[in-house]
Amino acid sequence: MFTQCTRKCASSMLLIVLLCCILSPLAQASKSSEDIRCKCICPPYRNISGHIYNKNVSQKDCNCLHVVEPMPVPGNDVEAYCLLCECKYEERSTTTIKVIIIIYLSVVGALLLYMAFLVLVDPLIRKPDAYTQPLHNEEENEDARSLAAAPTPSGARANTVLERVEGAQQRWKRQVQEQRKTVFDRHKMLS
Amino acid sequence: MVSAGDMNGSGNLMDFLDEPFPDVGTYEDFHTIDWLREKSRDTDRHRKITSKSKESIWEFIKSLLDAWSGWVVMLLIGLLAGTLAGVIDLAVDWMTDLKEGVCLSAFWYSHEQCCWTSNETTFDDRDKCPQWQKWSELLVSQSEGASAYILNYFLYIMWALCFAFLAVSLVRVFAPYACGSGIPEIKTILSGFIIRGYLGKWTLLIKTVTLVLVVSSGLSLGKEGPLVHVACCCGNFFSSLFSKYSKNEGKRREVLSAAAAAGVSVAFGAPIGGVLFSLEEVSYYFPLKTLWRSFFAALVAAFTLRSINPFGNSRLVLFYVEYHTPWYMAELFPFILLGVFGGLWGTLFIRCNIAWCRRRKTTRLGKYPVLEVIVITAITAIIAYPNPYTRRSTSELISELFNDCGALESSQLCDYINDPNMTRPVDDIPDRPAGPGVYTAMWQLALALVFKIVITIFTFGMKIPSGLFIPSMAVGAMAGRMVGIGVEQLAYHHHDWIIFRNWCRPGADCVTPGLYAMVGAAACLGGVTRMTVSLVVIMFELTGGLEYIVPLMAAAVTSKWVADAFGKEGIYEAHIHLNGYPFLDVKDEFTHRTLATDVMRPRRGEAPLSVLTQDSMTVEDVETLIKETDYNGFPVVVSKDSERLIGFAQRRELILAIKNARQRQDGVVSNSIVYFTEDPPELPPNSPHPLKLRRILNLSPFTVTDHTPMETVVDIFRKLGLRQCLVTRSGRLLGIITKKDVLRHMAQMANQDPESIMFN
Repeated sequence: MFTQCTRKCASSMLLIVLLCCILSPLAQASKSSEDIRCKCICPPYRNISGHIYNKNVSQKDCNCLHVVEPMPVPGNDVEAYCLLCECKYEERSTTTIKVIIIIYLSVVGALLLYMAFLVLVDPLIRKPDAYTQPLHNEEENEDARSLAAAPTPSGARANTVLERVEGAQQRWKRQVQEQRKTVFDRHKMLS
Repeated sequence: MVSAGDMNGSGNLMDFLDEPFPDVGTYEDFHTIDWLREKSRDTDRHRKITSKSKESIWEFIKSLLDAWSGWVVMLLIGLLAGTLAGVIDLAVDWMTDLKEGVCLSAFWYSHEQCCWTSNETTFDDRDKCPQWQKWSELLVSQSEGASAYILNYFLYIMWALCFAFLAVSLVRVFAPYACGSGIPEIKTILSGFIIRGYLGKWTLLIKTVTLVLVVSSGLSLGKEGPLVHVACCCGNFFSSLFSKYSKNEGKRREVLSAAAAAGVSVAFGAPIGGVLFSLEEVSYYFPLKTLWRSFFAALVAAFTLRSINPFGNSRLVLFYVEYHTPWYMAELFPFILLGVFGGLWGTLFIRCNIAWCRRRKTTRLGKYPVLEVIVITAITAIIAYPNPYTRRSTSELISELFNDCGALESSQLCDYINDPNMTRPVDDIPDRPAGPGVYTAMWQLALALVFKIVITIFTFGMKIPSGLFIPSMAVGAMAGRMVGIGVEQLAYHHHDWIIFRNWCRPGADCVTPGLYAMVGAAACLGGVTRMTVSLVVIMFELTGGLEYIVPLMAAAVTSKWVADAFGKEGIYEAHIHLNGYPFLDVKDEFTHRTLATDVMRPRRGEAPLSVLTQDSMTVEDVETLIKETDYNGFPVVVSKDSERLIGFAQRRELILAIKNARQRQDGVVSNSIVYFTEDPPELPPNSPHPLKLRRILNLSPFTVTDHTPMETVVDIFRKLGLRQCLVTRSGRLLGIITKKDVLRHMAQMANQDPESIMFN
């Protein structure tokens, strides 16, 4: 059962390694002082305007008496004032945010560069291949060709890594072109 | 089985770069799978593993691993879906605020995160701090005034255009299948259709990246539908790692059903709602085993998202509200009114959107997808910026509308005239008259409502990832909030009316506009998608209030009834019909009295059925037949005279088998006779080597007689997932009915254009 997965395991291993790279700094992130707070919101009371108090305390100390400083009302009014206030304990992880945003921006940047390469540079590099078969009649002749075609020389596989990568990229580009024709030109799908 | 090019499992790493060899038993692109064959292959595989497991300990362990592989796949799907949803949420949060300003201390913080530790925040402006500056402050160091406003306006539009242009370019260059919502296509895939590349890795990557971009650009769309597509891509990816799922298209669809549940679960923070959504809306066959596994995947995904904690407060969704104010029986009347509004809006939206999409498909408008996206983004940004309710992201708008107005809120919507002597604690707010802020908010909301209704019609269906849930909920929430405030003020000013006297004593706050907003959101979402149970479950999982089930149900049921009165299809079924996917809906009823003989091919006057005989055709005859016709399969009969049916042979397998035989077997030439019998007869010594193809023959094709009512035939196709069905009379083969014929016949009976069914 697992012997079949060697081909796909390569790409999946890459993805899992990427996932671990994302998740491990997040898992190891210790709580820095920036990451916790107790937020108390106190509405307007008598002639005192509303105010928000933030303080860096732990969850058991997150109440009006610890956080609201300086107390704007005299001692006998403190209880009434604190009943109006609402205190909430909040946590966040700054490391998570930083890592995710930076990874996202780098992925977008890489895609932008690759897109620029494909659209601008690639057509200049590739010389038009005279032996490339035209693709538009592919569908109708595919079955007939597969019956009548000579057997593909399975022994003459491209041996170097670069040629194989190139072959894979060509195949991918053809697939994307087919998809683009289906969706954008013929409007057969996803209209 | 004929093994054509076994994949060499022990090949080196570079093998994955080579072109995959087509296997016997796989399907072509844009074809339907054979559910019965997939099921029997899975049963065979299972039986083989079970019988081998008794041989040795290692085989036993392998059988255990095979049994657990389903759960491992679910776990992986949940992890990846949750992670991607967390990434999307965080990135959207940041990029939405990027349109208005930037955080100077650390550029990766959104507005709220930037001011998190600041002491400068005031009660009125919860997000004010010196570290976060608007663009006008940064560029020309002015924060107020006309020039600052115009500069901010201009930069808002520029950022929105930049994001939208980047998104549509990425979609066009890398993965054109990443556009749209994805749910209609996933419904079709789960019913047995094959769309290669729709759930691929590039589609996954591009959909995730561009989803963030388009949501941040301020367009009127949501991310829930695309998240289902993303989760299904994850499901497809992980199921291809295990041969139990990668080789069996039927089992793979079970995994995809569960993945869809995980997708909705992370979109709404609603695991049970996600499973019900998958059951009700997305899946075609949903065996009980899938129910438990979907729930597991949804839970794992929700847990992963929670541990990433994108919103900083351990909530899964931005608009999670949790209040428990009671509602009253008399309020059912405005709730039902909101249901009617939801149904009417749903009908209007579906009709207008389908008309616009059809125009995009058939006229010149469809030739300029990039330009269309840019124009719609520009219009959206230009109109959205001046109104504070449309300037912010739709999720924040919904969150504010769902929230109840306590003493701690200071937004314009909560600008009630307070009694200055009030000293009661927070929860016991008396009813108050609306202040000027509320009136301003009302007409701004009305303008925003009209704008959202119009612009969403043009936005959904563009060539970018676009979802529909959030805009529908926004429309419903705005309408509901306005109705709620209206009822609240009516109750305040007219305490002595009969309807208010019983339950609303003066001085008590009896109407919660936030609840009306929720009910409105549920009604509009139900009117568009025609969800029933899953909608109610999602809404009460979103709010945490089980006491609001009855209003939500009332609104959902009313909106579905009103919308169904105008048209039977929800938005996803409508898009399936628009695109012509071969989807045989389980919800449709076929009530016409036609017979199988009316639908079968060949009709009177057409060429006779192309058949293969069991022992009298040569290889060349078969090849000619295949080349001249484009049928997906051929029935095999005893001989041309007595057309008694033997079996059915698939086109793809014939082609592969003949190709293999010519390459591998000695002596098979064009003159060789093809035998579908068990034992070919003894041949004279100098005749060409026969080609035995019994192995690819399906010996149990489904047959009906010519007088079978079409009602039964449609039922058989639906329940068994057939692709074709043979029609016989007195044991003789008469014709064939394919799924496409059934769909065309149903369209014809419903007076639709039968030629709109396009795919094979």
